[in-house]
Amino acid sequence: MTRFLIPLLVFVVLVGFLWAGLSLDPREVPSPLIDKPAPEFSLPQLRDPDSVIKSVDLRGRVWLLNVFASWCTPCLEEHPYLVDLAKRDVVPVYGLNYKDRHEAALKWLDKHGDPYTGIVVDAQGRTGIEYGVYGVPETYVIDKLGVIRFKHIGALTRQVLDEEIVPLVKRLRK
Amino acid sequence: MTRINQQWIRPSVMVACVIAVYVSCSFAEEAPPLAANPVLEKRVMRLSEELRCLVCQNQSLSDSNADLAADLRNQVREMMQAGKTDAQIRDYMVASYGDFILYDPPLKATTLVLWIGPFVLLVISGALLARYLNRRRRVITEQALTSDEREQARALLTGDQDGVP
Repeated sequence: MTRFLIPLLVFVVLVGFLWAGLSLDPREVPSPLIDKPAPEFSLPQLRDPDSVIKSVDLRGRVWLLNVFASWCTPCLEEHPYLVDLAKRDVVPVYGLNYKDRHEAALKWLDKHGDPYTGIVVDAQGRTGIEYGVYGVPETYVIDKLGVIRFKHIGALTRQVLDEEIVPLVKRLRK
Repeated sequence: MTRINQQWIRPSVMVACVIAVYVSCSFAEEAPPLAANPVLEKRVMRLSEELRCLVCQNQSLSDSNADLAADLRNQVREMMQAGKTDAQIRDYMVASYGDFILYDPPLKATTLVLWIGPFVLLVISGALLARYLNRRRRVITEQALTSDEREQARALLTGDQDGVP
């Protein structure tokens, strides 16, 4: 009996591993920045390049950082959800315009709507590197102490927003 | 014939030299950053061979043509120019992108399975093999020959046909 049981058991374990492996997304690399202080930045604003937004000034608030660019196709996919989020006035969303051209970014926002409380420009992608950005769009939830609590890589979905981000923001506000 | 040829050699060599100098000058203008400091560049390439490109995960930073890889190589180059050591640069990259960026992951709690796993499998399979061989040895026991068989064997060995029954 064990003669058949053992190979069967080995097979089942192997299938289990392969099954789990298939359902994982290899592109989703766990960020080491979760529960770490968000890298500080002081960057010029897209709409007013002479003034800067400092991440330090956002302490005491829960906010989202959304990395986007006009050249990024999946950004278009998540954009309506961000516009909707802004309409509901749930949480301030700051945009990090990543390696974009200035006019192209402005035109893109005119066309698709601007859900951002403020937009900073990262033309060289330096801040992006510090935040571990490797696939735009990416979205971070940052708490009152300036600590990254959540990161989503790729386009946001309604489900991620409603079931993970919004409840987390509400919890962090308390 | 030969006289005419020799007459033309000198001018044509000169023209060729002028063209060669001109061409190499125009090339030199197009690719300045790599040639700027070959020692530094070698160091950049050596370190970026150890770092993974996160966009095209099976390539190193030095192999990849992805935009992000170029940015990260620039970052490495600038940090080296600023006098940072390789270890400091590696730590900086890990802080942003995690151990995944290293092709040679460090030994710690989360990577324990990765490092110890193969040895555990080796021990388990070794134990199974030993058990199997042990069991087999018990099944195949040596049996002593009967006196008839011994006689027969002796006959065969000495070529004495009388021993055959």
